[in-house]
Amino acid sequence: MVDVPYDATTEIPPAEVAEVELYHPTSWWTRYVFSQDAKVIAIQYSLTASAIGLVALVLSWLMRLQLGFPGTFSFIDANQYLQFITMHGMIMVIYLLTALFLGGFGNYLIPLMVGARDMVFPYVNMLSYWVYLLAVVVLASTFFVPGGPTGAGWTLYPPQAILSGTPGQDWGIVLMLSSLILFIIGFTMGGLNYVVTVLQARTRGMTLMRLPLTVWGIFTATIMALLAFPALFVASVMMLFDRLLGTSFFMPALVEMGQQMKYGGGSPILFQHLFWFFGHPEVYIVALPAFGIVSDLISTHARKNIFGYRMMVWAIVAIGALSFIVWAHHMYVSGMHPHFGFFFATTTLIIAIPTAIKVYNWVLTLWRGDIHLTVPMLFALGFIITFVNGGLTGLFLGNVVVDVPLSDTMFVVAHFHMVMGVAPIMVVLGAIYHWYPKVTGRMLNDALGKFHFWVTFLGAYLIFFPMHYLGLLGVPRRYHDIGEVAFVPPSAHTLNAFITVVALTVGFAQMVFLFNLVWSLFKGRHSGGNPWRATTLEWQTPETPPGHGNWGKELPVVYRWAYDYSVPGAKEDFIPQNQPPATRALQGAAP
Amino acid sequence: MIVAIILLLVAVGSVLFHIYSPWWWTPIATNWSYIDHTINITFWITGVVFFAVIAFMAYCVFRFHHKEGRQAHYNPENKKLEWWLSIGTAIGVAAMLAPGLFVWHQFVTVPADATEVEVMGQQWQWSFRLPGKDGRMGTTDVRHISPDNPMGLNRDDPHGQDDVVIESGELHLPVGKPVKVLLRSVDVLHDFYVPEFRAKMDMVPGMVTYFWMTPIRTGTFDVLCAELCGAAHAQMRAKVIVEEDGEYHAWLEQQKTFAELSGRKAVTKATYRSGGK
Repeated sequence: MVDVPYDATTEIPPAEVAEVELYHPTSWWTRYVFSQDAKVIAIQYSLTASAIGLVALVLSWLMRLQLGFPGTFSFIDANQYLQFITMHGMIMVIYLLTALFLGGFGNYLIPLMVGARDMVFPYVNMLSYWVYLLAVVVLASTFFVPGGPTGAGWTLYPPQAILSGTPGQDWGIVLMLSSLILFIIGFTMGGLNYVVTVLQARTRGMTLMRLPLTVWGIFTATIMALLAFPALFVASVMMLFDRLLGTSFFMPALVEMGQQMKYGGGSPILFQHLFWFFGHPEVYIVALPAFGIVSDLISTHARKNIFGYRMMVWAIVAIGALSFIVWAHHMYVSGMHPHFGFFFATTTLIIAIPTAIKVYNWVLTLWRGDIHLTVPMLFALGFIITFVNGGLTGLFLGNVVVDVPLSDTMFVVAHFHMVMGVAPIMVVLGAIYHWYPKVTGRMLNDALGKFHFWVTFLGAYLIFFPMHYLGLLGVPRRYHDIGEVAFVPPSAHTLNAFITVVALTVGFAQMVFLFNLVWSLFKGRHSGGNPWRATTLEWQTPETPPGHGNWGKELPVVYRWAYDYSVPGAKEDFIPQNQPPATRALQGAAP
Repeated sequence: MIVAIILLLVAVGSVLFHIYSPWWWTPIATNWSYIDHTINITFWITGVVFFAVIAFMAYCVFRFHHKEGRQAHYNPENKKLEWWLSIGTAIGVAAMLAPGLFVWHQFVTVPADATEVEVMGQQWQWSFRLPGKDGRMGTTDVRHISPDNPMGLNRDDPHGQDDVVIESGELHLPVGKPVKVLLRSVDVLHDFYVPEFRAKMDMVPGMVTYFWMTPIRTGTFDVLCAELCGAAHAQMRAKVIVEEDGEYHAWLEQQKTFAELSGRKAVTKATYRSGGK
């Protein structure tokens, strides 16, 4: 306990660089629409991501209707089913989760949590949102073009992605690739901001090892995204060339429906390497912000410091680094050289160790805590269960030979939904209940929140836990209808119908949540500045919601780490990060 | 209290579901029971960890939920505990990884006496090819594909003339003989998937992939495509029939060679003997 870097006695050096004047909006347009304030941009990002996320939610209902009751709905055919899964997957992974965690939570929380007035490049930050919005519009437009959206699966594997046997070959795939390119351009502008702001704009006393884990998670995820998205960028450009200009980056000589094509010499597996070099880090780009945020939710609502803060930081960094050398575990049965399997199985299972440390530290934070079962805490508990479950099934799929029978089955679908669908969304929802009071000045309704939690958590678990066993049985994924197969018993169809009913129920619960968001905006209880009695800087702003520039005349000065909860001898069970040590000494706390 | 009970019920319910699930893997039909054993080891280790973590969490919620006057313990870190947990996790990971890599080594090491069979995928059907009596398959190229040469065999390759070409969508295999399944596609990605075999591999246009297995029981098995291949992906079906040697050879005698199919009378019909001559 001696060398833990949270003691508040070290001298706070004077600022090395003087403050730079902010851009001040002069009209309604520059204040609320073309705003350069990170908080407004955060809300714009969040609303856009949620809107397109609702489209993905509706697509999931349509898919479940088809899977639960095949042949009943004449408006869903095989082509549409493939278009639904493709758009659902792409929206959820990139346009919802990535945009919401980094563009939404990142923009809102980074400047406030590090004690800055705004992001360091506000104009570029504004552009980031507008390019993102354009990407979303291009993506959504594919529903209305001839042939509809692409049905290539969210992985967009060539050659089928650009051949005529796949729906959306005309416009869908071209617009999808264009939208991805736009998204990456927009993200890069935002991402540079997040990284530079964390590195350059922290207030006095906010050392890296005093950052809340939320910032660590978003910061590391952003660095990863800046390194990983370029792989998707080049893959998208090359595939666009293959589709529009007749190049053969990913296209070998092939025969389509009896016709010899002009392609030749390209490699479909090359695309898979590029895609997963982006795609695997992408999992952690979504997971690391969730890891960080949930750490702060648990600590705040259990009134206890996060257990093993330094280990948590190093685990985030280790996971971020390791996640760049595990990508080919998505390709064990792709036909790549089989000896790759030894390497990638080993690296993949090693990543389980820092991940497990994080889980241990979350539950050990609960140990001897003062656990307030608020809605954010409930979602945090739901996250731990779904994440542990989904993380452990990852040990099946990461272990190369175990993956062979399970790959491309519903086991994979169940696994990734549990670990990077349900678990991060638990955190998103918990975080919204947690920070909504700071954004709006009002509390979300508690009773509706608890109803929302229990239906969502138990429902999602009932959807995805049994689904693993369909995969174990051998039911392949991306089938709109399994049809007559000897190894699939009638009970499997019953299970599919059950899952569909639960999925629709969980969908209904989200409508309750949306109602709560709108209703509480006008009728919610006033929250005050720090309703959860939290230590981090965003709760110490002079105004709630924070005004332009976040802080009053003076930037806050940070004297301690972010987790001084229930310090022995202190008057309150929390000490804000900007409370000077003199006060602490008066209260009799011994560091 | 009620929250702790529900959390515990989730853990207990998951374990009970696992034990009583009517959905479980299909009865195995090849030598790859090693894979099933590795999955079982993984289920045991991950199951214990899952139950322990969730039960511990439920206990914490039960024991330390907020009450008037409760104060949390101030405990920033405990290096010794963190190290022990890391080492324990590493041991658990090694216990899954070691058998996994061991079996993977077997999986990628094809026995020398394995006979070759070729499976070719195209939107949305399967074709098969067996080496003729010379025991070797001729070369192929997608550029040779035409209506009377759907598998794209090289007409000038003498090894290809006696190759048995099967367009009927039914592949027969003799039981108990190791077989190396060569996989080829002429258009998009496919994946030759028979759940009872456990082994599967993608088929990639422009290259030949493979896996090997020894069928251990007779029967008729559904072939599905496991890699998204376009609109009729779900309808891309065939059958594999594993049978005793005698029946297999009787079937084989009925099949046509490439030479016969392409009307080259000069090549006589191949004959087959079990065990070879």
